Amino acid sequence: MSLTTDEVKKIAHLARLGIDKQDIESYAKDLSGILDLMARMGELNTDGIEPMAHPMDQVQRLRADVVTEQDNREKFQAIAPQVEAGLYLVPKVIE
Amino acid sequence: MHNKTITQLAHGLRSGEFSSVELTQAYLNRIKRHQGLNTYITVCEDLALQVAYAADIRLANGNPELLTGIPIAQKDIFCTEGVKTTCGSKMLDNFIAPYNATVVEKFNQAGAVMLGKLNMDEFAMGSSNETSYYGAVRNPWDINAVPGGSSGGSAAALAARLAVGATGTDTGGSIRQPAALCGITGLKPTYGRVSRYGMIAYASSLDQGGPMTRSAEDAAIMLQVMAGFDEKDSTSVDLPVPDYRAGLNNSIAGLKIGLPKEFFGEGLDSDVAAALETAVNEYRKLGAEIKEISMPNLNLAIPAYYVIAPAECSANLARFDGVRYGYRCENPVDLSDLYTRSRGEGFGKEVKRRILMGTYALSAGYYDAYYIKAQKIRRLLSEDFKNALAQVDVVMGPVTPGTAFGIGEKIGNPIAMYLSDIYTIAINLAGVPAMSIPAGFVKGKPVGLQIIGNYFAEDRLLNIAHRYQQVTGWHLQPPKGFE
Amino acid sequence: MEWETVIGLEIHTQLATKSKIFSGASTAYGAAPNTQACAVDLGLPGVLPVLNEEAVHKAVIFGMAIEAEIAPYSVFARKNYFYPDLPKGYQISQMELPIVGPGHLDIEVDGVSKRIGITRAHLEEDAGKSLHEDFHGLTGIDLNRAGTPLLEIVSEPDMRSAKEAVAYMRKLHELVRYLDICDGNMQEGSFRCDANVSVRPKGQKEFGTRAEIKNINSFKFVEKAINHETGRQIELIENGGKVIQETRLYDSVKDETRSMRSKEEANDYRYFPDPDLLPVFISEDFKALVKAQLPELPQAKKHRFQDQYALDEDNAAMLTYSCQLADYFEAVLKESGCEARLCANWITGELSAALNKAGLEITGSPVSHERLAGLLARIGDNTISGKIAKQVFEEMWQGTATADEIIAAKGLKQITDSGAIELIIDRIIAENPGQVQQYRSGKDKVFAFFVGQVMKEMQGKANPGEVNKMLKAKLSR
Repeated sequence: MSLTTDEVKKIAHLARLGIDKQDIESYAKDLSGILDLMARMGELNTDGIEPMAHPMDQVQRLRADVVTEQDNREKFQAIAPQVEAGLYLVPKVIE
Repeated sequence: MHNKTITQLAHGLRSGEFSSVELTQAYLNRIKRHQGLNTYITVCEDLALQVAYAADIRLANGNPELLTGIPIAQKDIFCTEGVKTTCGSKMLDNFIAPYNATVVEKFNQAGAVMLGKLNMDEFAMGSSNETSYYGAVRNPWDINAVPGGSSGGSAAALAARLAVGATGTDTGGSIRQPAALCGITGLKPTYGRVSRYGMIAYASSLDQGGPMTRSAEDAAIMLQVMAGFDEKDSTSVDLPVPDYRAGLNNSIAGLKIGLPKEFFGEGLDSDVAAALETAVNEYRKLGAEIKEISMPNLNLAIPAYYVIAPAECSANLARFDGVRYGYRCENPVDLSDLYTRSRGEGFGKEVKRRILMGTYALSAGYYDAYYIKAQKIRRLLSEDFKNALAQVDVVMGPVTPGTAFGIGEKIGNPIAMYLSDIYTIAINLAGVPAMSIPAGFVKGKPVGLQIIGNYFAEDRLLNIAHRYQQVTGWHLQPPKGFE
Repeated sequence: MEWETVIGLEIHTQLATKSKIFSGASTAYGAAPNTQACAVDLGLPGVLPVLNEEAVHKAVIFGMAIEAEIAPYSVFARKNYFYPDLPKGYQISQMELPIVGPGHLDIEVDGVSKRIGITRAHLEEDAGKSLHEDFHGLTGIDLNRAGTPLLEIVSEPDMRSAKEAVAYMRKLHELVRYLDICDGNMQEGSFRCDANVSVRPKGQKEFGTRAEIKNINSFKFVEKAINHETGRQIELIENGGKVIQETRLYDSVKDETRSMRSKEEANDYRYFPDPDLLPVFISEDFKALVKAQLPELPQAKKHRFQDQYALDEDNAAMLTYSCQLADYFEAVLKESGCEARLCANWITGELSAALNKAGLEITGSPVSHERLAGLLARIGDNTISGKIAKQVFEEMWQGTATADEIIAAKGLKQITDSGAIELIIDRIIAENPGQVQQYRSGKDKVFAFFVGQVMKEMQGKANPGEVNKMLKAKLSR
C-alpha cells in the first residue's frame, strides 16, 4: 500500500505538523514502506480475538474526591512562552 | 573508584575510604574528560556536589540508605524539578521541569547523587540515539558505532564509567538493546512495576522505566528504589515489592529455560548466535534444563508495535503546541501557524514520522484495520508468552540481531532500523519483564543475552543473571580507553 | 407543505465534585486565572490522570435515576483535536463504552405526558476558557475549568418542538439538582446544551440532515434558537436549498444561528482507548448501594404530596420543583402543626412571589422555614388573621424578627375578648337602626355591612369567627 503526497499533507494537517515541501515525498515513501510492514498483520486471521489495550487485565483505581493541589501558577508560568495577567496568550482564536 | 560497583562504593563510603563529594567529583571529572562520547545532555555539577555534601552528613550521622551518596544519572526523559528536561528534543530545549518524576523523587529520598541528564533518542523514538537533537552518542567500545537507543546515553555512560547506575526507559527495547550494544546490564520491569509519573510518555501502554547498571546486583539495588505502587499512576500495580537482593544467590539448578526457535532463525548474526550458545551452555553447567519452544506470532510483533506505539505517541505528543511550555515558533501569524510551525520546527524527523503514522492509523476508516487489528495481535502475542512461561521458567534469546552498527549506517532507512528491534518488541506488547546481560564479544563489540520472565518475576530474573555473572567476567570488562 | 421538527439534545452537566475528574485541583468557580490549573490540568510532560471516585458515583446516581443500564465496564477514550483551551491536544472522554447506557425521562407538555429516550451519558473532562478581550490582538487562555468533570447526557431525537425540548431540558435540570450531582447554575456554565435540529415533511420516516447548535445556555435561548433554526431550514428547503450537516452558533442578540466551522475543517477525532486509564468497573453491589441511597425523585414526590397531604396537582408540582423547596415545605408543615393546604398556599403564594421578585432561590430565602412555621402557627391558633399575617410576613422579609415578636411589638394580636367585641357591636347596632330593620325584615346581605363595620372599628384585629357568631345572636334578637 502506498500513501500519496496529498494524504501525507492531510495527515500532517490533522496532526498540526509543519513539514517542509521538499520532505513530503520522502515521508510518503517512508510511510508507505511502514504500511507495507503493517500489511503483514493481515496474513493472520484474528476473528473473535479480544483486542488488548493494556498489558494487564486490571480495573481503574479511583481517587478520593479531595483537593490536594495548591496554586502553583507562578512556577508553571515561569516556563511559558507568553503570559499576561495570569493567562496564556495565543494568536487570536476566531470562532 | 570508577570501576567499583554500587555495593563496593557504598562500602567505601561507609568505611571512610572516600567521601561522596570526592566520589562525585571524580565522576564529574571523568564526564568532562569523556565529553566526546556525548552521553550527557546536562551535567549538574553544582547540584551534584551539594547533594553529595548532604549525603556525607547523612552517612556520618547514620541512617543512610544503600544509594546514599552514590553518583547516578537520569535519562533525560524523567522530569527533574529545576533541571532542564529535554527528552532529547529541540521541543523541550528550554524546558526546566517544574516537578519531579516519582522515580526521581525516590532516588532523591534515598540520597543518591544525580550527576546529570543522559542523552537519548528524541522522545525515546529510535534504536541508535541518532535521533537526539543533541547529536549522536558514541559507543565506548567503538566510537564510530552507535550505542543503541533510545537509552543510548545511559548505556554508553555506564560502559564508559561515567556513572555507576542510570535509569532508562523501555518501550520496544530501549533499555535492553543499548545495554546489549554497550555491554552492560539492563532490566525492563513488568509493565506497572515502576511508576510512569513524570516520565515523558512515548507510548503509554508500553513505556516502562528500569535500571541500567554494570551488574545484576547493582540492578537489584536500583530497582529496589524505583519499583513500587504510585497513586499518581493509574497503571501502576499495587503489589508488594520483594527484596531484590535477598534471592540473588539462590541456586538455579533445575531452572527450565525455553529457547524459542523463532528467535534463532534467519536474521540472527551467526557469531552472535554462537556467543549465545556459549552463554546457554554456561547455564546448563549451572544446572539449568534447556528446552526448545515456539512462539508462533512473534513475526507480527513489529507491525503491531509500529501501529500501537505511533498511535499512542500521536496523542501523547499533541500537548507540545507552543502554548504553555516548550518551543514556540517565532512570530506566528495565527493559531494554525503557531501549531504547525512550533511542532514542525520543534520535532525531528523520526518523531514526525511516527506522529504521522499514528495519526494515519487512528484516522477515520483505518482504525479497525490497523489499531484494532494490532491490539488483537497484541493479545495473541501475550498468549504466546503465557503459554511459553507455563512450560518453562524463563525464555532466553538474543537482544539484537547483531552487534553495534555504525553511526549513520541505518538512520536513512527507518524500516531497517525498526526491524532490528525484532527480539525486544514483543516483550513490551506482552508487558512481561526482561533483562539484557553481557554475554561475550564479537569482533570486540559486546553481545547481550536476553532473559525474559513471568509477570513480576524481576527477582527471579536478577537471580538468574547474577548467578551467571558469578561465573563469567563479561560484565566486568571495561572498553579500551575507559579502564 | 407541513413540516415536522426533530430535536435531540446533548446536555453537559458539570458534576459537583470538590476536585477535578483526573486531578486534585479545586473545581471552585471564579478563582483568578490559572490558579486552579495543576500540572495534570496543564498537561505538563509526564503527568498522568487518576479518576475521581465521586465523579463515577454521581454518574451512576444519574443512571439509576433515569432507569438506565449502568455499564459494568466503561472505558475512557482520547478525543483528539487541537484547541488552545484543550491542553493535552485531546479530551479524555468516553466513546464506545459509556458509563450510562440507554434510559429515559418523562416530560409533560400541555398536559400530555411523553417519554424521551436518553441514549447514553458519559464522563469526560471540561476544557478551559478562551478569553477574547484584547491582549494586543491575542487571546488569553484560562485553564481553571480544564478537567472539571462533565456528564454529557445525550437524548434520542425524540422531541418534536422547541417546547418539548425546553420541557426536557427543564426536567433534566430539575433532576440533576434533585440528585445533588450538579448545581445547575447556567450562568456559570454548569448546565449547557447543544441541540441537534432537523426538519422533515410530516409523515416522512427518514430524518432530515441535522445542524448542531452549540452552547445554548438558557431555557429561553434554547426555545428561540430551535425555533429560529427550524425556520431557517424550512425556508432553505422550500427555496430549493439543502441543509448541510454543520455546527452552528446561536447569537442571542441577533436571534439567529450562524455557521461556526467551515466544512474543510471537518473533524476526525481519532478516538482510541486512553492507555493511561484502565476500564472502570461498577459492581452490582455498588449499584445496589447507590439505588438504596437514591433520593425520592420529583415525580414520586409529587404523587406522595398529593396523596399524603391532599394537595392539588398544581400545588404539589410547584412544591416539588426543587428538592430544597419540597424539604422547606415539609419542615414548615411539621414545625407549624398547621394544615398542609395552608402551608402549601403560603409557600407557593406569598413566599414564592417574594422570592421571585427578589430573584432568589428557596435556599436563599430570608425567611427560614422556622420563622415561616412560627407565623403560620399564629394563624392556626387564631392569634392573627390571614390578612394580618401578610402584614407580619412583610415585616419578617425585611428583618430578622419572629412572627411573635412582630405581633407583640405592633399589637396585632386578634381580639377574642367577647366583652370588647360586644361593646362595639352594641354601639354599631345602636348607630344603624335602618340597617338593623332591613336585616330583620329578611335582607341577609346587610349582615356583611355589620361585619365590615365591626372589623373596621377593631382595625382587623377581631377574630372574624367570634364577630360573626355574636353579631348573628344580637341581630336576630
